Amino acid sequence: MERLDVSYDKILHAYPNEEGSLIPLLQKMQATKRYISPEMVEAVADYLGITESQVYGVASFYSQFRFTEPGKHSISVCLGTACHVNGGETLLETFERDLNIKPGECTPDKKFDLNRVACIGCCALAPVVKVDNDVHSKVNVIKLKEIWTSYE
Amino acid sequence: MNKFTTIQKQCSVDWDALNNSGKTVIYLGMASCGKAAGADKVKAIILDTIKKYKIEAELVEVGCIGTCYLEPLMDIKTNGAPRISFGNVTEKNAETIIRKYIVEKEDISKRSLGYFGPKGLNGLPGFFEQPMLKDQVRVVTKNCGIIDPGNIRHYIANEGYAGLVKALSKKPDEIIKEITHAGIRGRGGAGFPTGIKWRTCRNTKSDEKYLICNADEGDPGAFMNRLLIESDPHALLEGMLIAAYTIGGTHGYIYTRAEYPLAITRLQNALDQVKEYGLMGKNILGSGFSFEIKIKEGAGAFVCGEETSLIHSIEGKRGMPRTRPPFPAVSGLNGKPTVINNVETLGTIPHILRNGPEWYRQFGVEGNFGTKTFSLVGKIRRSGLIEVPLGTSLRKIIYDIGGGTQKPFKAVQTGGPSGGCIPKELLDTPMTYESLAKVGSIMGSGGLIVMDQDTCVVDLARYFLDFIQKESCGKCTPCRVGTRHIVEILEKICQGQAEPDFLDKLESLSHLVKATSLCGLGQTAPNPVLSTLRYFRQEYIQHVDEYYCPALVCSSLIEYTVIKDKCTGCQRCVSVCPTGAITGPRSEPHNLDIDKCIKCRACYEICRFDAIAGNAIVISGRKRQ
Repeated sequence: MERLDVSYDKILHAYPNEEGSLIPLLQKMQATKRYISPEMVEAVADYLGITESQVYGVASFYSQFRFTEPGKHSISVCLGTACHVNGGETLLETFERDLNIKPGECTPDKKFDLNRVACIGCCALAPVVKVDNDVHSKVNVIKLKEIWTSYE
Repeated sequence: MNKFTTIQKQCSVDWDALNNSGKTVIYLGMASCGKAAGADKVKAIILDTIKKYKIEAELVEVGCIGTCYLEPLMDIKTNGAPRISFGNVTEKNAETIIRKYIVEKEDISKRSLGYFGPKGLNGLPGFFEQPMLKDQVRVVTKNCGIIDPGNIRHYIANEGYAGLVKALSKKPDEIIKEITHAGIRGRGGAGFPTGIKWRTCRNTKSDEKYLICNADEGDPGAFMNRLLIESDPHALLEGMLIAAYTIGGTHGYIYTRAEYPLAITRLQNALDQVKEYGLMGKNILGSGFSFEIKIKEGAGAFVCGEETSLIHSIEGKRGMPRTRPPFPAVSGLNGKPTVINNVETLGTIPHILRNGPEWYRQFGVEGNFGTKTFSLVGKIRRSGLIEVPLGTSLRKIIYDIGGGTQKPFKAVQTGGPSGGCIPKELLDTPMTYESLAKVGSIMGSGGLIVMDQDTCVVDLARYFLDFIQKESCGKCTPCRVGTRHIVEILEKICQGQAEPDFLDKLESLSHLVKATSLCGLGQTAPNPVLSTLRYFRQEYIQHVDEYYCPALVCSSLIEYTVIKDKCTGCQRCVSVCPTGAITGPRSEPHNLDIDKCIKCRACYEICRFDAIAGNAIVISGRKRQ
């Protein structure tokens, strides 16, 4: 087997070698590159002494983990109930059309990725859109373009 | 213990010096909602302004007081006057407010929301006498927006950890008796009596016992837990320490959503502080009781709010539920007795210990004692987080506290995706676990989504079922396959492709999923469908028989048109239309080609807010001929 990237060792050894470490480990791994690469899965499986399919089995269950490289900026459209009744779905459709990608995908120039999120808890300011760590409140389809072009 | 009494005294002195002296203090609401409304930018302006005018002032970052629609909130205490609150502060007006009020000592109280304190001043009502706040009873939210959540000394100065001190002087069985007598029930949704849960766990013999705080607030449209953790994290920790002491807990976890980064940061900071103050760790306050709390970040799965799924997730497995019994209080995490309590339940515990069960029983009604927080959102005038005694009517919450809706009220959804839709005829329903169940809904964790005539109940039912179907863990067939079929039926109804027997199919399938699913997720999933069918059947029939959506929401059943008499030809809509469906020369009424229109709403929005004529583009329904 090819030698694994040694930089993962530091992350791995910060956690005890037990089943309960799997999710926190994947979270830490994802924090380094914003997605889980096949090498990371291999490293985690190796460390915990379980198979790669077991790692994928758990990782793919949770929506937090992504397995493809994200764009430079991440756009998340909130589709919580308050955002839904205030037009969140129309916002997502507009993003899909403007950026020409579907949720979970990334633009060909790797600038943006688009995601749907169940609720970020800013319901009183619905509908909201999150770009990286900035939450934009009371958004409408006209405001959308201004928002994402300001990140270009 | 004596050492802690000294700390308490010091904290009180400091708190007094901050709030009751001549010192100028600026308080800024910095919870997620405040930040989303621009509090970070306002903070920068405040700091610049203080420097610019050489004002000697302290900036205190507080949490959220619950009036989210007024965010960002900036309070000022200066020139001998009590703390006064300004709402909807912006980058543009923050400096003016500070300059006028602090430097020039101008009386701008008329522009404010009122002074803090029991009574008003200068002919203004007190802050808590505002319509949204005056009918609330703040128990668990007492400190929210008042203290700095990042400073344990503020919490201690406000009776913080006094409940823990009291608890440690009592026998666990005494505490269980008090909690049982107080009558508090699980605030996560199911309403199981907390005292009984604790007793079961206490009575199970084991060398290790776990206490888990369920902060996996997954209901879309609910943010009670987020707000409480961000605004007063120590209340939760104190509640956990008391609970752990009572059940004989050895390890504690807070299972929280990864979508709440600020809450996680504040919790971690609070945990570091309790350790530093000797309130967590080995031999707490010399009592011989040792306990440690760790944060477990959830990875995004709604089903993990279900306790057995949550346990599986902490164990590093797929978060799937299992059948009960055994209940976690007997066999939970790693097979050991485990108590799982909601954030709000645990946050309330210190108050019961400090003030006694009789005090707690004065709030609420028989069988439903105490207060409950709700996130009041949707089509409501005053949205935010509220806390009211159980038994308060929906009408009071929506009209007196929330200020009603702008357009005619239609319904309110309680309990999130597991709850139901309650129509206006039933607005006098008191908020109790039993009465909500009677009308086909549930208390749930506290999300209240208000709908007006522009909300389509069929679309809402589709939305909730689509959410559940995506979040179904897939373990049992009724939930995995059943919810999928329900969504397909609802989609066809919304698209005007329904067949006459669809409503009967929908109803029988819903009952089937409800009766046969493994866990609470599937068992409650059809509630939004069944409750809307019960109260709004006519609206479903209109979709099915007439292909008509009276709320004008379902996009397949509506069309956009230009009212020629109103259109001035300003071309704003032409410039935003992505498909070139709108055409026409400047200054002449425009044409909208419905074959090209994709119903993206851009023209409608721009015509309402930015166009010269305004409201010249309308949405109408297409009734089947």
